[in-house]
Amino acid sequence: MSEASAPLDLQAGHHALGWSGVIMLILTEASLFIYLQFSYYYFVAQNGRNFFPASPPEFKLSLPNTIILLISSITAWRASRAARTHARGRTSFWLILTIILGAIFLAVQFQEWASKPFNPSTNAYGSLYFTITGFHMAHVAAGLLILFFLLLWLVMRRIDERRESPVGVGAAYWHFVDVVWLTVFFSLYIVPHL
Amino acid sequence: MTIADHERLMDETEPVAGVREKLERIWETEPGLIGWLSTVDHKEIGLRYIVTSFIFLALGGIEALIMRLQLAQPNQTLVTPKQYNELFSLHGITMIFLYALPVLSGFSNYLFPLILGARDMAFPRLNAFSYWTYLAAGLLLYASLAMGAAPNDGWFNYVPFALTKYNPGPNMDFYALGMILLGISTTVGAANFIVTAMRLRAPGMTVSKIPVLTWGTTTVSVGNLFAVPAVSLAFFLLWLDRRFGTHFFGAMEGGQPLLWQHLFWIFAHPWVYVVVLPAMGLVSDALPIFCRRPLVGYAAVIFGTITTMILGFGVWLHHMFATGLPFLALSFFSGASFVITIPSAIAVFAWIATIWTGRPVITTAFLYFAAFIAMFVIGGVSGVMTAAVPADLQLTDTYFIVAHLHYVLIGINVFAVLGAIYVWFPKFTGRLLSERIGRWNFWLVFIGFNLAFFPMHITGLLGMPRRIYTYPENFGWDIANLIITIGAFILASGILLLLINVAVSLRSGALAGPNPWDAPTLEWATTSPPPPYNFSTIPTVASRYPLWERRLYGEAYSRVGRGPALDKGKEAVATSALEAEPDTILKMPEDSIAPFVTACAMLALFFAGLFQVWSLAAAAAGATFLGLVFWLWPRKQSESEGAP
Repeated sequence: MSEASAPLDLQAGHHALGWSGVIMLILTEASLFIYLQFSYYYFVAQNGRNFFPASPPEFKLSLPNTIILLISSITAWRASRAARTHARGRTSFWLILTIILGAIFLAVQFQEWASKPFNPSTNAYGSLYFTITGFHMAHVAAGLLILFFLLLWLVMRRIDERRESPVGVGAAYWHFVDVVWLTVFFSLYIVPHL
Repeated sequence: MTIADHERLMDETEPVAGVREKLERIWETEPGLIGWLSTVDHKEIGLRYIVTSFIFLALGGIEALIMRLQLAQPNQTLVTPKQYNELFSLHGITMIFLYALPVLSGFSNYLFPLILGARDMAFPRLNAFSYWTYLAAGLLLYASLAMGAAPNDGWFNYVPFALTKYNPGPNMDFYALGMILLGISTTVGAANFIVTAMRLRAPGMTVSKIPVLTWGTTTVSVGNLFAVPAVSLAFFLLWLDRRFGTHFFGAMEGGQPLLWQHLFWIFAHPWVYVVVLPAMGLVSDALPIFCRRPLVGYAAVIFGTITTMILGFGVWLHHMFATGLPFLALSFFSGASFVITIPSAIAVFAWIATIWTGRPVITTAFLYFAAFIAMFVIGGVSGVMTAAVPADLQLTDTYFIVAHLHYVLIGINVFAVLGAIYVWFPKFTGRLLSERIGRWNFWLVFIGFNLAFFPMHITGLLGMPRRIYTYPENFGWDIANLIITIGAFILASGILLLLINVAVSLRSGALAGPNPWDAPTLEWATTSPPPPYNFSTIPTVASRYPLWERRLYGEAYSRVGRGPALDKGKEAVATSALEAEPDTILKMPEDSIAPFVTACAMLALFFAGLFQVWSLAAAAAGATFLGLVFWLWPRKQSESEGAP
């Protein structure tokens, strides 16, 4: 949201205030996910194994999906690297690839949601599962919007040589969303099997 | 940075003729309503914060006075129990969330660029957005009162009473959504303070030369980045429980009621430090002016500030001693609560030493700061008492706690703010406040405050529970309660006198000139009130007290009044975070209506969510999104730039 405003008004490179701005955004959003997972582990600590559903989340869809998201981080990194060398075409290419991978991740997540035998009001586990994954999906969606507008402005030549840093800032946010997923994946998908 | 930019920053001459007029044209806000709604001038935004927070202070004060009338004598029936619940809840919410931090944000917004030698905040539009969102959250919370459905579960809003089963009306939804909206305002404001302090300090202002207010506000802003998500999440989960049938908090459905308390206090205990550390910063910067000497123990004060904030994240459980937690947890958090007194007391000794070794000039501001130190000690000692688990088990939920928290919040926040108003009002307006009315103002506030709150220690020790709407006679609480009510009205009359002083002095106060107090920091180097561009040339700072250097060191090392004018558009200097070396010349954004429009759309979104009108919510969400896109849409460089 608004925090992302910073880079576009400013100069290129790591000197731009946009970098500082996105770091602030990442810090506060990271805290949000820490508190979400604190709530999850609080329930686990209070209820023990009984808290998990009889059949905990499976890896069939989630593991390939995790890999897709990790690859999208690599493509986002390629986009920011291309932006640094002012290669407009290559930057756009890697951005488009990142957006496609992110969209696939989101679609698979919705598929997971649809296949759950419980819903948010079934029990506390259901409430937490859908809230935590929902928050993460919202962040993926926000990340996709950011990448989309960066692409649009790149194609419209609104981001010129003196302003390549927005792509790097957008990519940094995307990496953050991916790292958050790894923690969510660990808590929701791996922990019940431990 | 290009070589040309570098050369511009090396300029050491006095500004050429016509530069001020040029800068004025570049930086001034357009006249008219659209200009007023679009301004991103930090001074304008800062004053709006201060004025708005004082309106909320007055509203919260009126709520308190009604409660005091009800409690003046036993068995009164001025308000119903239901109304009383809403009064104390709204009073707490108003004072803690809508007054205590916003007033400090106001001072910090106004003063940050001035004391740092900058031309604006790092993100001026975000700054405007932060104010409008704060106002929107305040309006949303107070709409509950207009609808006769104000929050009624106290400011910490414990479940299960906050759940729909016991609280079916919209009261709690107002609180939940209002707090999420306010959280957005607080968070973006915090990010802005941090980046401003890191990157927009005048060249030469290394970390050891930063004014204490900046340290205080920046420290709590970092704290806010980590703490605010806890409460926003808690209120969001509460709203889900209330309106979407989830089971986070309802014990009967497998939820965890104590999870609410954890999430709330993980936020709300750091918040206690958030609403005092910047106020302590104001005093640390202003007290030396009236003691005619530098602050004693600058480094120790900074160390204490940061340590207090960090430890503040490790003591939240002391609000929950009476909830049946494991003994080990109680011991740990009790210990941490004792330890935190050490860093938070460092500043007290620094202030006393500054007065002791200085030559105090007794002004109204000085009186407020001196009283602030005394109230800090009383509030601190009653806090240490409740850090001990056995004592806390006796004292929790009694008036002793009410006394403690008011000594802390009024003592360390309000007294500092009132003193700061006397110090910086001349900078805001160009006119001094009347010292004659000021003395009356101070003594009424000081006597009224102590009459109103000291006896609460005693009624608390005598077992009077907090939050009761009335009490039977002959419990030994009658006289104390009458004194408390009288004190409350004296305190209120003192605040009223301040408003009168402001009204009178605005029109006929003595003209201040740039530096009426002969103060040492950069804000006093420019006119009162400052021009829209703050400084016609970018200063270079060589010491903590740039305007006292001749006296302290025999020579003026800082460069004030000469230097680069940076008049090719809305320009400011970014410096490196530690050494404050010039880094690049920034193009600052123009005024924009987008922050206001976006905040309005968000307010509509939250109202729609509150009443669950999903079509309106979708439209408002769309409007918010469009507002953001419009806001962020990159304009061509040439649109905001005069020269190449």
